[in-house]
Amino acid sequence: MPLLEINNLLKQYAAPDGSTSTIVDVSAFELEPAQQLALRGESGSGKTTFLNLIAGILAPDSGRITIAGDEITTRSEAARDTLRATRLGYVFQTFNLLQGYTALENVELAMMLGRGLDRPFARKLLEQVGLASRLHYRPAQLSVGQQQRVAVARAIANHPQLVLADEPTGNLDATNAQTSLTLLRDLCESNGAALLIVSHDPTVLDQFDDHRDFAEINRASQHAEATT
Amino acid sequence: MTTTVAHPSRLRAVALIVRRSLRRHAFATSVTILASALAAGLVMAVFAIQSQSQRAFTGGNVGFDAVLGARGSKLQLILNSVFHLDESPGNIPWSVYARLKADPRMRFVVPYAVGDNYKGFRIVGTTPNLFDEYRYGDDHSLMFSDKGRSFSPDRREAVIGSFVAARTGLRYGDHFHPSHGISFDDSDDDHDHHAHDEEYVVVGVLEPTNSPIDRVVWIPIDGIFRMGGHVLRADGDVYVPRHGEAIPEDFKEISAVMLKFKAPTIGADLDNVINKEGKEFTLAWPIASVMASLFEKFGWITRVLQLVAYLVVIVSACAILAAVYNTINERRREFAILRALGARKSIVFSAIVIESAAIAAIGAVVGFVFYGVIVGVAASIIRSQTGVVIDVWSYHPALIVAPPGMIILGALAGVIPAIKAYATNVAANLNPHS
Repeated sequence: MPLLEINNLLKQYAAPDGSTSTIVDVSAFELEPAQQLALRGESGSGKTTFLNLIAGILAPDSGRITIAGDEITTRSEAARDTLRATRLGYVFQTFNLLQGYTALENVELAMMLGRGLDRPFARKLLEQVGLASRLHYRPAQLSVGQQQRVAVARAIANHPQLVLADEPTGNLDATNAQTSLTLLRDLCESNGAALLIVSHDPTVLDQFDDHRDFAEINRASQHAEATT
Repeated sequence: MTTTVAHPSRLRAVALIVRRSLRRHAFATSVTILASALAAGLVMAVFAIQSQSQRAFTGGNVGFDAVLGARGSKLQLILNSVFHLDESPGNIPWSVYARLKADPRMRFVVPYAVGDNYKGFRIVGTTPNLFDEYRYGDDHSLMFSDKGRSFSPDRREAVIGSFVAARTGLRYGDHFHPSHGISFDDSDDDHDHHAHDEEYVVVGVLEPTNSPIDRVVWIPIDGIFRMGGHVLRADGDVYVPRHGEAIPEDFKEISAVMLKFKAPTIGADLDNVINKEGKEFTLAWPIASVMASLFEKFGWITRVLQLVAYLVVIVSACAILAAVYNTINERRREFAILRALGARKSIVFSAIVIESAAIAAIGAVVGFVFYGVIVGVAASIIRSQTGVVIDVWSYHPALIVAPPGMIILGALAGVIPAIKAYATNVAANLNPHS
C-alpha cells in the first residue's frame, strides 16, 4: 500500500481580476514507504501549495489525500494538525526556525507538539547533524548552513513517516547545500521515513534516482504553460 | 487516525512559548508588569486602608465607654477628647466631673482640659489616676519607660506619649514651655511669643500604645487652669488664678469628662438623662457608633477612591492588551511555524491568553510590594496625624481576591490578541511560494 496516495486533487484561488486561478490539479500521485522522490518545479509552479496540501496546512477544494491509509482531506483542521505533528516532517527553504529559541528548543518544541518530548533523541539528532556544540545557540547565532541542519533535525524529531522538503537548499551555498541534503536523506533513510523533495536545482535533482517533473503531475502547470 | 499527542507535553509547549515570548519582549513586558503591579497594589491598598482605618477608629478599645462634654456634636466631642483632633465644642463646669466621680456606677472618671500644645502635640490637663486606671486594647495598662512616673498633681510636671518623645526629642528630665492654643505653626519664627512662661519637666515617657495616647502631652489639670493667659469663667464672672491660692471649684472649667462604666447598661441610662431629657451637656455614647457615623458620612470618598482604583485596574488590563496585541504582527511567522509544526489553533490561542495572564500574575505578585509601600505611607500619615496605627500586613479579603481577579482580567485582555493570532494564515506567513 502506498504511503501517500493522491487522487483528483484540486486547489484554486480567486485571482485579483475576480476569475478563478487553478494552482494545483493532480489527478493521481503516489509515494511508497521510505521512498525518496524529487520533484522538479520552477518558481510559481504550485509545488509549495502542493506540499502544503499534503501537510494539511491547506485544505483542497476537491480530491483526496491519503497518508498511510488515513484520508486527511475529510478530517478537521485540528485532526490534520495532529497528523502533521506526529507523522510528517517539513523542511522549508527559509528554514523557519523559531528565532527566540535555541537549536535544542526548536527540536524539543516540535516534539512537545508531536509525540512528546524525548530530550536524549533531540540531542542525538543535533549531534548527528554536527551541532553537538551548538545546542544552546539561537538561530541568529548560527550560520545559514547550521540553521538548515537544525531544521533537518527538527523534521525528523517525531519519527515521521513522511518528510516534505521545499527547496531545502535554496538559500545555501554549494557546500552547505550538499551537507544538508546528505543529512536529510541519511536521516530519512535511517528513520524509515519517505522523502518528497521539491526543487529547481539540477544538482539536487541529479542525486535522486527517482525524480519527476512537477509539471507532469500538475495539470494546472501544464495548462499554465500552454497558455503562456 | 491515531493520536499519540501527550497533553502534558502540549502544556510544556505552551509554557515554553510563553516563557520565550516574555523574554523576547522583556522591556514591554516589564513596563506592563509594573503597570499591573501598581494597579494591583492600589486596589488592594484602597480596600485595606479603608477597612483598617475604619476598624482602628471604630472597633478598638479606646479605654472609655463615653465622653461627656458641652452641648453639641457627639462626633466633635469624641474627635477632640478621644482622638485629640478637632477643637473642643466648649467647656463644662468642674462640678459635673465631681458629681460623676462620686457616682457609684462609674468604674473611673477622668477630667480633660485642653487648650495648649507643644510643637503641635496636644497638651491635656488631667488627673494622675488616668495612668493607674486607664486600660486600652486588650486590657493593657499604661507603662512608663525606664524611670518614668506619673506627674504630681500640684507640680509643673508632664508625662508624654511615645510618639511625642520620638518627634520632639523630649526625654525624661527635659524641660519645655507649652505654647498657647491647640494648633502649631512650624513656619512661625516667633515661637517664643506664643510660648507660656511656665516651664514643665518631663517625669515620664509612656511606652507605645499604638493609640492616640501616644500623641499627647499630659500635665496636671491644675496646670491648665493656672497657665498664663488662661482665665476661668463661671456664671459670667471671670477668675484669674493666683499663685499659692486654691482655685474655687465654681470657677474650674474642663473640656470633657471621660467615663468608664461598671456595667454597659449605664450608658443607656445616662443617654436618656443627658441627651434626651437634658439640654446642657452631650454624652457621646457609644463611642464606636458615633465614629462609625463619621465613616458613613464620608463613605462617598471611599467609593470614589475605589472607583479610581478600579479604573487603574482597567487601564492596566488595556496596557496588557496593547502590549500583547502589538507583538502579534511581528509574531505572525512564529505562529505560522508553530502551526506548521502541528500546533493546533487552540495552542496558539492558549499561549497568548496565558501570556497575558502571566503578565498580570507577575504584576499581582509585584503588586504586594506597591501595596506595602502605599499602605506603609498611608499608615505613617495616619499615625502621625491621629496616633492610630494601621497594620500594613493585616488580612483583608482584597489581598486574596485581587491577585486572581487581576489574573482573570489579564487573561481576558489576552483574548483579542489571541483571536488575531488564532486567525494567522499559516501558508501565507511561512515562506515565499514557489
